[in-house]
Amino acid sequence: MNDMQQSAVFAADWLVVLPVVMSLAAAALLVIGRGSRDLQWGGALLAVASVALVDLALLWRVLELGPVSMTMGNWLPPFGISFTVDIVGAAFALTAAVVTLLLVVYIRLDLPERAREEGAYPLILLLLAGVSGSFLTGDLFNLYVQFELMLISSFGLMALGGRQVHLDATVKYGFLNFLATAFFILALGLLYGLLGTLNMADIIAAAAAADPVPLAGIGALLLLAFGMKAAAFPVNAWLPASYHAPPPAISALLAGLLTKVGVYALLRSLGMLLPATRDLLDPVIGLVAIGTLVIGPLGAIAETHLRRALGFLLIGGIGATLAGLALGNEAGLAGSIAYTLHAMLTITALYMLAGLIEAMTGATDTRQMGGLYAAASLPSILFFGLMLAVAGVPPFLGFWPKLLLVDGGMARWDFGADPLALCLWLAVLANALLSLIAGARLWSHIFWRPGHEGAASELPNADLKLLGRRARWLGLAPTALLALFVLVLGLVPEPLLGFARDGARGLLDPSGYIAATGLPEVVR
Amino acid sequence: MDYALAALAGLFLTVAIYLLLARSLIRMLLGLVLIGNAINLIILVAGRLSRLVPPIVMGGETAPIPAAANPLPQALILTAIVIGFALFAFLLVLAWRAYQGLEADDTDSMRVAEPPGRPDPPMSY
Repeated sequence: MNDMQQSAVFAADWLVVLPVVMSLAAAALLVIGRGSRDLQWGGALLAVASVALVDLALLWRVLELGPVSMTMGNWLPPFGISFTVDIVGAAFALTAAVVTLLLVVYIRLDLPERAREEGAYPLILLLLAGVSGSFLTGDLFNLYVQFELMLISSFGLMALGGRQVHLDATVKYGFLNFLATAFFILALGLLYGLLGTLNMADIIAAAAAADPVPLAGIGALLLLAFGMKAAAFPVNAWLPASYHAPPPAISALLAGLLTKVGVYALLRSLGMLLPATRDLLDPVIGLVAIGTLVIGPLGAIAETHLRRALGFLLIGGIGATLAGLALGNEAGLAGSIAYTLHAMLTITALYMLAGLIEAMTGATDTRQMGGLYAAASLPSILFFGLMLAVAGVPPFLGFWPKLLLVDGGMARWDFGADPLALCLWLAVLANALLSLIAGARLWSHIFWRPGHEGAASELPNADLKLLGRRARWLGLAPTALLALFVLVLGLVPEPLLGFARDGARGLLDPSGYIAATGLPEVVR
Repeated sequence: MDYALAALAGLFLTVAIYLLLARSLIRMLLGLVLIGNAINLIILVAGRLSRLVPPIVMGGETAPIPAAANPLPQALILTAIVIGFALFAFLLVLAWRAYQGLEADDTDSMRVAEPPGRPDPPMSY
């Protein structure tokens, strides 16, 4: 016990906290350098690129050594605040940093000058700090702190424009997400009262010995809190009410990262920390997943506002990740992890593309769009491909996670053993079909139809404005790069699926995670 | 004492939920403050209350004696209070700006982001 206290922190383990520290420091520096716009942009690019490199190094290290941990202040692990990262956390953090990097390029084009002066870049870096911190932390209370950091910076980003629509959206987003974190800390207080610890590795040990009934109540509270964050079905109304209001670059950032942190927290807390609660909670998670899977694409079919429709497709994807959690077997959890990685890339790319489409057509409503296919072929091809990715059609990345989910559903159903698994299986397939319909309709309305909706729909759209040189390089290039990732990772899925499977194994059997913190092995 | 504080936390939660169900933003904000306080009380009670021995480690020892009070809930609550206060301050300003801009303290009339009278789904294709 004491030799642990006296052993110095292994130098390379600083990698675990470096993404958070670097983002926070860069945010502070950018506030100091707010006078110069170019300096801010360059500094933000440099900072996010270095965070991405550190995340890559961290992923490498986790692949070589298994989970890595660092405990603050050289206190003994259950007492000091631990940052513990396994392959799920490392892969999520890397994807988040890469997505943010491309968005920092894109935002230069998209954001009005005034908003940039008011500190969009420091807020983006604070958001990245919160998101990376949530993926890397090994302490439940620290997860709460990272959530709040993420929340306050996202409030700032959403309200940045200061127009009425931004304020309106921020009020709804703000109140509901504040309430969700309140439920989270309520669950946290009760969990601390029951188990006497908040260190994730220690919780695994303590929860194995605790009474599962109060634990199930705490699990239900966590499900509500993180479900609100992730915009799962009965508590999803805030997302389509707010994500379309800010400028497209900000929408893309929030849509790409924030809900995924909720999913990650669900996987971590219910999948790994409190598996005993799942006997009671699995039917609930399953029903929530089915609702989310079906409501999402149905909303997208009914919607005429482009980015609101994308928001509903995003919600459908959250359903897929919840389905994996409800299935709870290795294939299901792996599908959930892989789907979240896929959704970060695909949804961000779609929102970025939506921003370009809005710039080209001068409209936010698909009824006033049309004729883009003839005018701009590359965006139309990208949109088509990304929609196939959302629906899960083979050459793209979206296919593989859904295949894993279908596989996991079959394994759990086992021809009659578990009817809920069959329902989840059917809902995943229904979601794919409905998403395909929604995507095809959006594509037809925006690109295929020559003009606006109505009598003049066959006449060419006169409002089209093609992208300039600057918009092609700053806007279309990062979008195309993200879409290329989605295609290439779909063609060569093995590395990503390997991460997902290893991650799922780590969630189901967290002995490596516990060993990394130096706590004794638990017998489960 | 535990029971009294637990009952108080329950009362706070009840009032907070009642206030959160209101349409007025200011009432909802007060509800959020109250729910935060209720949760802080719950954390305090969850960490067991005692006023026996302060958790100070004597010279030569490596741990406080087992009967000492638990300092961790207070650290957690302090963090939660600071964060909650920051978010509350932001939301208060936001509500004020929304009131100025939208002339509304009533969530029913805040329909800028989602205008009432939504159009039908697109009928073509």
